[in-house]
Amino acid sequence: MSKILIKIDGREFEASEGMTILQAAKEVGVEIPTLCYYEKLEPYGGCRLCTVEAEIRGRSKLVAACLYPVEKDLIVRTRTEKVDQIRKMLLELMLAHAPASRDLQAYAEEYGADKNRFQKESSFCIHCGLCVRYCAEIKKKEVITFVDRGTNREISFIPEIASQECENCKECFPLCPTEALQAAYVLTQALSFPSLQSVTE
Amino acid sequence: MDNAAIDHIINKYQGQARFLIQILMEIQEENRWLPREVLKTVSEKLDVSFRQVMRIATMYKTFSLVPKGHNEIHICMGNACHVRGAERLLKEVQELTGIKPGETDSDGKFSLEIGCCRGNCCSGPVMEIGGKTQDKMSPAEALKNYE
Ligand code: SF4
Ligand code: FES
Repeated sequence: MSKILIKIDGREFEASEGMTILQAAKEVGVEIPTLCYYEKLEPYGGCRLCTVEAEIRGRSKLVAACLYPVEKDLIVRTRTEKVDQIRKMLLELMLAHAPASRDLQAYAEEYGADKNRFQKESSFCIHCGLCVRYCAEIKKKEVITFVDRGTNREISFIPEIASQECENCKECFPLCPTEALQAAYVLTQALSFPSLQSVTE
Repeated sequence: MDNAAIDHIINKYQGQARFLIQILMEIQEENRWLPREVLKTVSEKLDVSFRQVMRIATMYKTFSLVPKGHNEIHICMGNACHVRGAERLLKEVQELTGIKPGETDSDGKFSLEIGCCRGNCCSGPVMEIGGKTQDKMSPAEALKNYE
């Protein structure tokens, strides 16, 4: 496979074809923040937290590092003022939905994001899609889905399948950057297939 | 809606998964809503996961997962209609029918939806019942025609 010479934050790197900026950055030891990325899943490009500046033939543009494939003479800057500003804004918007998320708080500290900047709108879910994708891509069970659209979009368990599959799996739980997933599961269970235990307790 | 009717629609599209939306639209048209059982049948027959079917069925406004009334009332809330009193019209229709946007009355006669621009701004505020513009009459008169 042909090698592609790129530069990330001043460090030169010989990337191989098909690599994304995020993968290349990991190789050279540059950290790019991510929320919706998980190496076992197809890249999704949902959270945009991995936004970086990519310069090709003298033109610079903003791209999602987890999706963007490396190309010849690519120059990547991961911590410019513009990039930091974008990440700060994204974090502030997400914090309005999930103020208690540990992952978000850690990033917020790094980027100086104020979690009280926007009015709280606690939906808890930040739509990273990790739960939905993990269940479909890895487990092939397709128990969780996004329903509705726009500001009403939310994740939803399909109770008929959840009652059969989830009890012994729950592998998606630790993936959720907030705790929206667990909450949605408990609610689904309580409404559709309460276990004897939770009734008597 | 029985299985034969669903089969008939699905067969028209040779059971191809890529026609999922068209199939759902035809079922919606015929049945006026998409019951969960029907969605399950569609999912099985087209070999599309139920999750995917649900995602599509909740995504588009065309589809309804609850029964719709025989006569669908649409009230335009677009700019022109808003200026010409859409709020007042909506309130009056709500009082007459006893339902809010997105709801259906208990005898399944009417359901009410609000939306934007029905393409008839000059006669606003526009109310449509069953796809027909209700022009030059009071809401009460219009509704009476569909009782
Ligand atoms: S519930 Fe959690 S994992 Fe699932 S989409 Fe929302 S934030 Fe992501
Ligand atoms: S990690 Fe790239 S968009 Fe979320």
